Formats: sequence, C-alpha cells, structure tokens
Amino acid sequence: MTVLPELLASGYRVGGHYPWPCAVVDETLWSAAAANLASGALTLLSLWGETGRIHMAVLAEDAPEPIAVLSLDCPDGRYPSVGALHPPAIRLERAARDLFGLDAQGSPDDRPWLDHGRWGGATPPAASYPFLPIDGAGLHQIPVGPVHAGIIEPGHFRFTASGETVVRLEERLGYVHKGVDTLLAGAQVPRAGRIVARVSGDSTVAYGLAFAQAVEAALGIVPPQRAVWLRAVMAELERIANHLGDFGAICNDASFSIMLAHCAVLRERVLRAAAHCFGHRLMMDCIVPGGVGGDLDDTGLAMLRDLVVSLADAFEPLVSLYDNAASLLDRTVTTGILKPALARQFGAGGYVGRASGRGFDARRMPGYAPYDALTFAVPVLTEGDVNARVWIRIHEIRASLGLLEQLLSGLPEGPVLMSLEDVFAGPGEGMALVEAFRGDVLIWLRIVDGHIDRCHIRDASWFQWPLLEAVIEGNIVADFPLCNKSFNCSYSGHDL
Amino acid sequence: MRDFTIQLLQMTLVLALAPLLTGLVRKVKARFQRRLGPPLIQPYRDLRRLIGKDVVMAEQASWLFRVAPYAIFGCIWVAAALVPTFATGLMFSWSGDLIVIAGLLGTARFIQALAGMDIGTSFGGIGASREVMIASLAEPAMIMIIFSVALIAGSTQLSVVADHMLTAHVGLRVSLALALVALLIVALAENARIPADNPATHLELTMVHEAMVLEYSGRHLAMIELGAAVKLLLYMSMIACIFFPLGLAGGLSGARVSVAALLLGAATYAVKLVIGGALLGTFEMSIAKMRVFRLPNFVGGALMLSLLGVLLLFVSRGM
Repeated sequence: MTVLPELLASGYRVGGHYPWPCAVVDETLWSAAAANLASGALTLLSLWGETGRIHMAVLAEDAPEPIAVLSLDCPDGRYPSVGALHPPAIRLERAARDLFGLDAQGSPDDRPWLDHGRWGGATPPAASYPFLPIDGAGLHQIPVGPVHAGIIEPGHFRFTASGETVVRLEERLGYVHKGVDTLLAGAQVPRAGRIVARVSGDSTVAYGLAFAQAVEAALGIVPPQRAVWLRAVMAELERIANHLGDFGAICNDASFSIMLAHCAVLRERVLRAAAHCFGHRLMMDCIVPGGVGGDLDDTGLAMLRDLVVSLADAFEPLVSLYDNAASLLDRTVTTGILKPALARQFGAGGYVGRASGRGFDARRMPGYAPYDALTFAVPVLTEGDVNARVWIRIHEIRASLGLLEQLLSGLPEGPVLMSLEDVFAGPGEGMALVEAFRGDVLIWLRIVDGHIDRCHIRDASWFQWPLLEAVIEGNIVADFPLCNKSFNCSYSGHDL
Repeated sequence: MRDFTIQLLQMTLVLALAPLLTGLVRKVKARFQRRLGPPLIQPYRDLRRLIGKDVVMAEQASWLFRVAPYAIFGCIWVAAALVPTFATGLMFSWSGDLIVIAGLLGTARFIQALAGMDIGTSFGGIGASREVMIASLAEPAMIMIIFSVALIAGSTQLSVVADHMLTAHVGLRVSLALALVALLIVALAENARIPADNPATHLELTMVHEAMVLEYSGRHLAMIELGAAVKLLLYMSMIACIFFPLGLAGGLSGARVSVAALLLGAATYAVKLVIGGALLGTFEMSIAKMRVFRLPNFVGGALMLSLLGVLLLFVSRGM
C-alpha cells in the first residue's frame, strides 16, 4: 500500500532531514497516522518529544522510502494520543510527558513512567505509584525488585498470581534514569558520542555506530570505505559476544550451569581479541563520526581470522549439547510463547521478533553498508517460545561468524578516519537505524553549530519490555527468570 | 561405655564432616565448570563468618522465627545420630528407628515452612508452599522405602538393618533396587538439589529451600546451613549403610568390635562419602532443573517405585 507516501505528501516536507524524509503534519494527519499504525499498515519505530513538538518515526516496509518522521507542533503541550489507538506508543508517550511535559490527549494511561518523583517536580514519590488494580478470589501479589538477589540491573516486577500461575505481570522501570537526553542537548559532537556509547554498555558498538551514522547523515558525509567495513567487524564481534553470553545465561537460569561456563570461555576469547585489536574489550568509543578510532593491523587481522575458525569449532559441540539435553529442552520448549501477531503489532526487533515470525533486521531493511555487499541469513522462527529465541541466537552466531569471514577477507584498503572539522557546523537533522544484538536501535539527532541540539535514542527494549508482560501470562512464576533472560531487555538503554 | 563412646564419636563426626561434604560437592561442580572453585574448607569458613555476624531481624518476626533455626538443627542432628556412619550398634538405636528419622526430618521441615511464612514476605510463602508440595510426595515415598527395607531386614532400626544387609544371604533383590532408586530421588528432593531445587541459584522466583531462609542472617543462618549440610550427610550415610554396608564395623547382637574394624569402617566410610559427593556433583552438572509442576511426577515416581518394592515383597519374600 502507499500509506506512507500519501501521509508525507499531505504534510509539509522539511528540508535538511537525512537519510529519510520528515514532514510536519497537523493533528488530523497525526491521528490518521495513528490509525494506520493501529491497522498494521505502518509500524511504529519511535515516538519522542522536544519542547513544543512531538515526533513519530514510522516504518512501511513496502514503500520506496521505508521510513519517515512525522512532526506535530504542540505549543500548548498537548497532542492527540497515539497510544489510545496503538498500545506500543503508550510508554513512549508517558516518557515524553515526564521528560518534556507533552500531554497525550486521550491516552489510556496517564501515570508517570521514568519520573519516580525524585526530580523535585509535581510527580508524587514512587511509593504511591498506582499499580493496576486486581480483583479476584485467590489472587495474590508478589513484588520483585528493584533490588534483586543477583547482580543485575534494577527493575520492579509486580506479579499477580493464582497459586503458581501468573495472571498478570506489571513492570515498573526507570530506576537507572540518568538524564541522557539532557546530557546530550548542547554537547559537542565528540562528547555526545562518548555519552551515547555509554547508554547501554553491552551494545556500545551498535550505539556508537547508530550515532555515527546519524551524525554523518545530518552532515551529509560518507565515511571511508575501510572504516565502514571495520565498523561491521566490530558490530558482528559484539553480536557474537552477547549472544554467547545470553546462550549460556539462559541455560544457567534452568540450572544448567555447565553451558554458562563453556559459553563464558568463548565470550572471553571474543572480548580478548577485541581488546587486542581495538584497544577495548567492549570496543567502547572505537566508532566515531567520520570513521573509526583506530585501524586494524595485520596481526589483529590474523588474530580475528583465527578467532572465527576456533569459535566455529568450539561452538558446534555446545549447540549439540543444548539440543541433546532433554531436561533443558523440557524447560525451554513451549515456555513463554510470544504470539506472532503481538510481535508484529509492537514491531519487536531482534531475536524476540525473529523467534515469533517477524523477520525484520535493520541490516537488511532499511539496510546499510557494508551489509548490502555481503551475504548472510536472517533466521526466522514462528514458535515464539524460549527455545526459539535460543535457536535464533544460535543461528545468528553462525551467521555472524560467516559475516566476519567475508568482512575479514574483503576488507578494503585506505584511510579509516576523515576529519569533520570543517563540516561540523550543520545545521542538519539525521537519523539511523542500526541492528544491535537485541534488535534495532534508532537514533535521531539535530546538529546546530557543531553541537547536538536534540538527540533521541530508542533501544529495541522499548517494544520488547511490554511483550515480556504478555509472554509470562499463564506461565508459572518460577519460569519468569527463564523468559526474562530469553528477552534480555536492556534496563539502562530503556531508562535513559 | 564403649557404645557410648562410639555413639558420641559418630555424632561429632557427622557435625565435623558435613561442611566438608558440601565443600566437596561444590568443588566437583566447579571443576566441571572449568573453575578452580572455593577450597574444600570454605563451608567451615562461611559458618565461622556467619556466627561472628550480627543477626538482622525482620520487623514482623515472632519468637518462632528466632527459635526455628535451633529447632531445625536439633531435629536434623538427632536424626543423624540414629544413622550408623562407620559402625553399627548405635547406643541410641533402641530409642529411635527409621520412622523416627523420617519424623524428625518432617518436623524440621514443618518448622522451616512455618518460619518461612512467619515474616510474611511473598518469597517465604512461595518457598514454604513449594517445599510442602514436594514433602507431601517425598514423605510417603520415604515410608514405603522404610517398609521394603523392614520387610527384608525384619526391623526398622538402622543398626539392625545394616547388620542384616552385611550378611551374605540378602543377595540381589528387585525390591531393594527399586527402594534404592526411590531413596535417591527422595534424597535429591529433600536436600534441595538439582533437579528439584538449585542450592546455588540467585533467582529468587525459582527458589524452594533458599526462598524460605532468605530473611535469615548471622548465627541463625549458620545453624540452618549447618543443618542442611548435616542432612545431606545423613542421607548419604543412610544410603551407604542400607545399600552399601561394605566395611561397616559391627556385628550382630552386641559382639565386641575391634579397634581395627572400627578404623576400617571409618576408612571405607570416607571413601563412600567421596564417591557419593562426586556422583552427586556430576549428576547435578548433567541435568537442568525441573519445572516446578514436573516435580510431582519426579517425586511421585519415587513413591510408585517404593510402593512396587513393597508389593513385590508381599508377593514373594525372595524378590
């Protein structure tokens, strides 16, 4: 269908917005877009505010320009709610109100989200947060967190259970809010890059890549070819390391700790190779706007080649160990099923979406260099259970190893960094959609006079957290850790 | 006097050895995970550390919460005193048999479940309800196991049973094999081991035993941990003395045992514990934890096996 071009044509096209178009719309068009989101013609990519204006990024996979940003001026701080028609927008709207005071008219949920009443504003303290009411005989509530028995990030989970069966799970996030939006506003581009790289440490490469791509789009520059390929090398290394960690951790949550031990060894090999080749175990700050921070020398190249071979050899026995451990499969198969319809509605990215039939991968769609020159499989399963999410990770590790092989053999020669001194001024608006290990990370930013005027970051977790609530329904309380780990959503990337 | 010494020695021995066995199982598991693991004596250090620490009490805690750790430990220790470790002919045997052991352990669990619910946190309640669900199947299985053993040995007293098993004419029996498998399952479930529970987990929502003791600290926690360690040793000693009594010092009806026989008994006992600990560690590493609702099938299996054993014995005394 041609919903998106029509919407864009009806609105006022804004110049200086790259690489995808942006249109200023009125309330009628805004609501029409919300209705299209609800009908499934469009997919919501993000929704964010700034003073006096609200933006929404939407995706239409069949359109010639698949992504567009719609902006609505709301000088009085009010706009028609998208969440009223399309639930995935609700939390984004609540966050936009907490951060920028923009009120979504008609939203079904007017509770604060990131604001826990500790900012000195009008919001009452977190203790008085009204959780959804429950009513029914034999129901009891189990509050879990924000402080957990293990060393993990903080988040509160309010279970309503009937015996062992979960009737409802309600999440309460925002405990690691650190004011990223405000920190970024007014920051010089290099400093902003360092902040963005620290939003969610396990995805630092993906965040760095998304930020660099967005800056480059806003300034209209193209980084050197070798840098683009090196970025992909880092991104795939990060994906492999995180998937290995998740694979082991999911099994460990079913008390199959031997898998965690073996995966930790493999993950450590990846991190050490990264430290040797790029100077940092997680490759933090290695990707900068204009290229990459350092070049890969011949010893590093040889080391990564060895790594790919040795990982491929060591990984397959673990896969067959998983596939043959009946007691483990008994825990993962049919546990925590995410229905494909929900995954599609929420535009779930990464392994969450791909395990439930949504084959979206930002490397393919909208796609970015150098992946258009490489061949790789995007695994898709339809079962939607914990087992499927494990298998997506296994397939992706294999695919990433294949990608690394291609990347390392085809690495072009040339410079890896271009100076941005004379183009930093701007102004310009840019955005990027990059595939992190969790799913697509969206970064939208506006550069004015070499400073970031406004930068919005949307982690894949924004659309995965709500799905976790749906997935656990009807499962037993004791299976929540397994479901949660198979989602492995980011707290830090979500709480900003 | 000699009986008294042996009894005293055995009671001290279980207390002294129990943390070491826990340490051994942890060490075996760590080696499988390619880790060095904590030293074998780490559980002793943990106990000393816990005893030296202040106790933090929940505000809602009643007297029951404070008394429970000592009561639990007391029950388990007395139960352990009735199980022959390296020598039979325990002095306390006349006062308590296998059914008393099962009763004492049941009492300990009952107090533990009460204490778990006492402070009113949701995890205590979850842990207590899961523990009781497991116990409701494990206890009948235990009774059936006792019956099969008693039908063969002609007594429910462990010293007598062990002495009887030492004699050659017991032979291989189907009912005993069934009882052994059943007892192994019961032991895993009762001691909060994988696949019934995971003693090493940090996931509060999946805990059974740990969820009940989450609120305990300091010397209270030390008593509970020591109690759990003694319980593991108790089950291992019980399995060893009924099914593998080889080397056990003793003899029928009050015959004096030589010092050499006692030493041999102690040595074989140590070997049995090492083998048992290694097997437990290996088993735990090779299997994932069960879904909570699969547990009734697992522990119920023990009940069926033990029941079958008893039935077989009624059909034919020779089976």
